[in-house]
Amino acid sequence: MIEINACGLSCPEPVVMLAKALKEKPTEVIIHVDAPAACENCTRFATNSGYTVEKSTQENKTVLICRKKH
Amino acid sequence: MSKKTLTQLCQTAGCAAKIGQGVLNEVVRNLPRYENPQLLLGFDTSDDACVYDLKDGRYLIETVDFFPPMVDDPYVFGQIAAANALSDIYAMGGKPFLAMNLLCFPTCLELERVKAILQGGHDKAVEAKTVIAGGHTIDDFTPKYGLSVSGFATPDSLLTNAGAKEGDVLVLTKPLGTGILTTALKAEMLEEKDYQALINSMTKLNNIDLSGIEVHACTDVTGFSLTGHSREMADGAGVTIEIFAERVPLFDSALHFARMGMIPAGAYRNRDFLKDKVVCDEMPLELTDVLFDPQTSGGLLIALPEKEAAKINAPVIGQVLPRTQNSIHIRKTA
Repeated sequence: MIEINACGLSCPEPVVMLAKALKEKPTEVIIHVDAPAACENCTRFATNSGYTVEKSTQENKTVLICRKKH
Repeated sequence: MSKKTLTQLCQTAGCAAKIGQGVLNEVVRNLPRYENPQLLLGFDTSDDACVYDLKDGRYLIETVDFFPPMVDDPYVFGQIAAANALSDIYAMGGKPFLAMNLLCFPTCLELERVKAILQGGHDKAVEAKTVIAGGHTIDDFTPKYGLSVSGFATPDSLLTNAGAKEGDVLVLTKPLGTGILTTALKAEMLEEKDYQALINSMTKLNNIDLSGIEVHACTDVTGFSLTGHSREMADGAGVTIEIFAERVPLFDSALHFARMGMIPAGAYRNRDFLKDKVVCDEMPLELTDVLFDPQTSGGLLIALPEKEAAKINAPVIGQVLPRTQNSIHIRKTA
């Protein structure tokens, strides 16, 4: 399992970090973001790369759990 | 001297740096107004520029536009910023004639790069037969450049964003996706051919000859996106505008990069601001993402009768209908 902290970063940095992490096709990647655009963009990238995305938001921070589809 | 590229010095880029429409409306809403009957267009109609009647058969058009760089080449950035500022005059049916520079840069930036920005602006102004007569420069961490521009229109040539009529069609003169492609550029994912297409479009003047064509409304598509500027056009005329998503011209890689999540924050701000005004049919998410993408130096959006549209070399992307409860209806096809 890979975990990425992209809080405080503006687009496209969070999605670039996620893209790098998904390159080796891991089964699960967790990314922490704190900007609505980063949340949306990472969701789009992961969904279009064959992953499901589960989101949970607390205060301003969102955790995205990306799991490889079988 | 800074080794950083121009875009590395910036958080936001181009028209995506614009303050959102909702915030902007809030800050200007309660400003006191100094009335002058010669001011024909000002704050009230969200138009591209103000218009002042000189009472000698000419209207003076004034606009100002500046933003942080979206490309690293300072000369190209200067050209884009100037083309973008000049565009507001063309969008009002005017011709620019006089401009002044607005420039901000950090003192760590080499002067060669600063000179190249101004050279780009100068060359684009010359192409528009406009003289740059001076300017103002501020020491600022984030580089920014643009112009204030003056132009003239006549009562016959003046175009506003509010004159669309039921039965009109809408044409768009440049492809959409500059916000998405510049985000991909920042991520170093944009290929050379896509970069060239992008800068060719953003540096292109909107000096389209509309003489002899019956045009009802015109605006340029910039930071508020195609949907946002169409919304202003629809509300200004009390009509509903239908956008045909699949007919809208796009950069080749725009949908690809939208799927990749290369979407600027401004696109989400636009989508959120417009959510109560827009109804959208079922279609792939990326197709609507481009319709909310903030454009830098975007094309003209023109409302005109269908028979006149063939006189402009631009695709029909929508139509004007009687008002319903929504300002905008996004359909997949015509």
